[in-house]
Amino acid sequence: MNSSHDPHCGCNSRDHINRRSLLKGAAGITGLSWLTPLGDLLAVEAETALKGKPARSVILLWLGGAASQLDTFDPHPTTKIGGGVKTIPTAIKGVDFVTGLEQTASVMQDVSLIRSMVSKEGDHERAFYNIKTGYRPDPTLIHPSIGAIVCHELSEAKIEIPTHVSILPNQWPARGGFFGAQFDAFQMYDPKYPVPDVKARVEDKRMDRRLESLSVVERVFAQGRAPDMDQTKTLHQISMQRARSMMTSDQLKAFNVSDVPAKELAAYGDTPFGRGCLAAVRLIQAGVRCVEVTLNGWDTHANNFEGQATQVKILDAAYASLIRDLKRLGLLESTIVVCGGEFGRTPKINNVGGRDHRPHAFSMLVAGGGFAGGRVIGSTDPEGVKKEPEKPVFVEDLHATVQDLLGIDYSREVMTPIGRPMALSKGDVVEELKA
Amino acid sequence: MNSAPSSSSWLLRLCNAVILAGLVAGAVWGVVELLRPPVGKVSSEVGLPKAKLDDVLQAAQKVNADFEQTWAQKQMQPALKADDLTLVRRLSLALTGSIPSLQEIRALESVKDVDVAQWWLTQLFADRRASDYLAERLVRVYVGIENGPFLIYRRRRLVEWLSEALQKNRPYDQIARALIDSKGVWTTSPEVNFITVTNQMNNKGPDETKLAARVSRSFLGVQMDCVQCHDGKLGSTWKQTDFHKLAAYFGQTDFELTGLRDDPKQAYKFRYLGQTEEVVVSAMVPWKPELLPQKGGPRDRLARWVTAKENKAFARTLVNRMWALLFNRPLITPVDDIPLEGPFPAGMEALADDLIAHDFDLQRLIRVIVATRVFQQSSQSADAAHPVTDEMEKAWAAFPVTRLRPEQMAGSVIQASSLSTIDAETHVLLRIKRDLDVDNFVKRYGDSGEDTFDDAGGTIPQRLLLMNGNMITENTKNNPLVNASTRIGMLAPDNATAVEAAYLAVFTRRPTATEADHFANLLATAKNNNSRSNAMSDLYWTLMNATEFSWNH
Repeated sequence: MNSSHDPHCGCNSRDHINRRSLLKGAAGITGLSWLTPLGDLLAVEAETALKGKPARSVILLWLGGAASQLDTFDPHPTTKIGGGVKTIPTAIKGVDFVTGLEQTASVMQDVSLIRSMVSKEGDHERAFYNIKTGYRPDPTLIHPSIGAIVCHELSEAKIEIPTHVSILPNQWPARGGFFGAQFDAFQMYDPKYPVPDVKARVEDKRMDRRLESLSVVERVFAQGRAPDMDQTKTLHQISMQRARSMMTSDQLKAFNVSDVPAKELAAYGDTPFGRGCLAAVRLIQAGVRCVEVTLNGWDTHANNFEGQATQVKILDAAYASLIRDLKRLGLLESTIVVCGGEFGRTPKINNVGGRDHRPHAFSMLVAGGGFAGGRVIGSTDPEGVKKEPEKPVFVEDLHATVQDLLGIDYSREVMTPIGRPMALSKGDVVEELKA
Repeated sequence: MNSAPSSSSWLLRLCNAVILAGLVAGAVWGVVELLRPPVGKVSSEVGLPKAKLDDVLQAAQKVNADFEQTWAQKQMQPALKADDLTLVRRLSLALTGSIPSLQEIRALESVKDVDVAQWWLTQLFADRRASDYLAERLVRVYVGIENGPFLIYRRRRLVEWLSEALQKNRPYDQIARALIDSKGVWTTSPEVNFITVTNQMNNKGPDETKLAARVSRSFLGVQMDCVQCHDGKLGSTWKQTDFHKLAAYFGQTDFELTGLRDDPKQAYKFRYLGQTEEVVVSAMVPWKPELLPQKGGPRDRLARWVTAKENKAFARTLVNRMWALLFNRPLITPVDDIPLEGPFPAGMEALADDLIAHDFDLQRLIRVIVATRVFQQSSQSADAAHPVTDEMEKAWAAFPVTRLRPEQMAGSVIQASSLSTIDAETHVLLRIKRDLDVDNFVKRYGDSGEDTFDDAGGTIPQRLLLMNGNMITENTKNNPLVNASTRIGMLAPDNATAVEAAYLAVFTRRPTATEADHFANLLATAKNNNSRSNAMSDLYWTLMNATEFSWNH
């Protein structure tokens, strides 16, 4: 547990002022004009990210439906499984991506590529569960997702907005699992629009009257019940207080990108996913621990090449801009960025031009927060015959590595509600991925 | 000199008179609706002959004896009996997905000398809302909530078919057999959708493994799918072969133009862990093979084995499911993981035996559970010095406080906002609007998915939705034509009556003296109709945002 890392230390210190000034200056220089009006507000949490300290936040970019490794980060253009894709060089010598990923290729010096991810789940729902929790589905309990683990294990971020956020969630958003629903991701959709339901429908005075009446009613319900029922069970009043804080918080602005100039939105592609990535950067600045952004549409059982290329275009601008902006803002060293699907796709091209599910040997990008940049782990058979990749990285190993970089003792066992102790992650750290 | 009135002014007076008469009639009807039971809707008939009712109560006594023994061993003092209105609220939530309407509360308060819970069950069993809701809950167990394969899957038809069967109180073993051994087309034989939902791509037909998992979980309370890939671990004695031999009963099931059928030429094949070749798997049940009929098709034999009276897992599974539905918490957790050989918690064996002895009569099972002391006890302690503890809830010494499901929340908001009952007699447009509102709310509040019973607490998005969302705002704002809050404010003869009516409509109880005074005082400060309407809106908002509204108790 990273108890020594206080996200608020130095809030009034000289270091604080310097870093804030730096951030604002950086914003002006680098064209991040959206930061300037919000600089004081959003930069608070960013001030404590010091070199050499463990990472303190995570961005997860899910390529829902499962991106094809062969048509993105692990092309084999000269073999019969390659599908005739064209490739481009990347910032890592000897590593090529498919065309369409030019911007991503240009930031690969800050990113490492795993070409040997292995999952044991080939069904979307089960695989998403696996990739988000590091465990396979178990009917007897629900495991917490990585974001929930981060929020549970790291010292509480003293902010007024939720610390675990899911942007554009699919039907399987990140859950708190056995840590409780308070660790579920706060779900929101296209950040072009305001966060729904955060505006009170009556004026303050009337709201105060309502809340005063509510306390009268709650006192009656509490009679004859355990005094700590709200804290240990219903979380009703607690979540209401947090919702009230959120409603009146200026940090809400971090969710909404409608004030960002068109040119800067365009850099992210000005798509829902691009805007989600931009909002993710702002939320991390504001002190949010974990943001997941989902880009669906990769499940190309038919017309694989057209479908993948469409999604690649959306991903490329958003991903590269996110990495660039995190770096410019000095947040990349404290923020882990993971990008990939729930599994990969088959080397074999089916009779409707599609690729089907394949949990063996798919690709993921990892960056920031102590991950090395410019490295490649593992490789796949160019002919697609050999099922297992070289240097396999199992899903649970990725989880262990992420938690390790966050300063979390991933092997620590916690007691689950079914009375079974369980490690936060059962994987092994991939040392080769660490900076 | 008076001139004769022109025809236009006569017409105007006539129109005014009609409008005035309409308003008077509306006001009178509104007051009646608010304060009196609906004429012609009240029957004190319990719906069961006395001998049968006595038999139900006797069965409940056996269950009570089990629990009383447990409480004595734990030296636990159980909670006192809950009041009738609380029982009615629990039943409406469990069986219709919504709280009772003010109209229904007035009706039940007018009946005398009846066992209110049993009387209310009689009303609900005759109500299509209950069979529709129960069918939806069970269909979630059988096939989940996804839309399933295009063209050959009609989830809605399956729900309607099941609702019809439940309305007729078709024995549950017959329902289970119809699902497992269904044949025909998914539109004209809706039970077939239990199979077609598992259809695989590339003409592979139904997924035998999914069907084996569904059958074992839904009807036998066994999570055998855990051994799909390897033999059981962590103390499980199931083998991989057990699961796939069960799946093999669906190996001949296939589709053709005439619908679902069994093709004897087909067989289920599987490559076991550590083997290099697929083998044809012969069908066999995982326990009590002696109960397997000798004759019949594979699915017919499996269906009869599953539902055999001697195969008690079937009865226990239904008991656990119905208990969970009524309490929002199963007797055994997870709801579909019941040990074959026990140990069983208090109540389980008595209820399962009674279910078997009465030919899987689902309505009787519900009646027996509802008649137990456990169902009828309060969720609160009468002794403030000894409040209800988590241990008491776990031992069923107090009715457990559990979070309402999203559709129960939505249904309750909509029902509380109407003075009359929203049921099959409600205008079709209003029912469509209700369904759309519920769908939207559930999406935002967070669908619980398949019928799970987790103890999750409230979340920030849920609180935001309740505080500021459209549904609460629209249903509690000043609207004299539709919204109960405004209408109660207009029609109640005094503030105390208005507060009481709001409490009954939202909480299904009367306010305490403190609550009554608090809200009556707020209403008294209203200077005009608009501010009174706002005060009523505030009262409704407050009650709907309280823990008591979001949690079953």
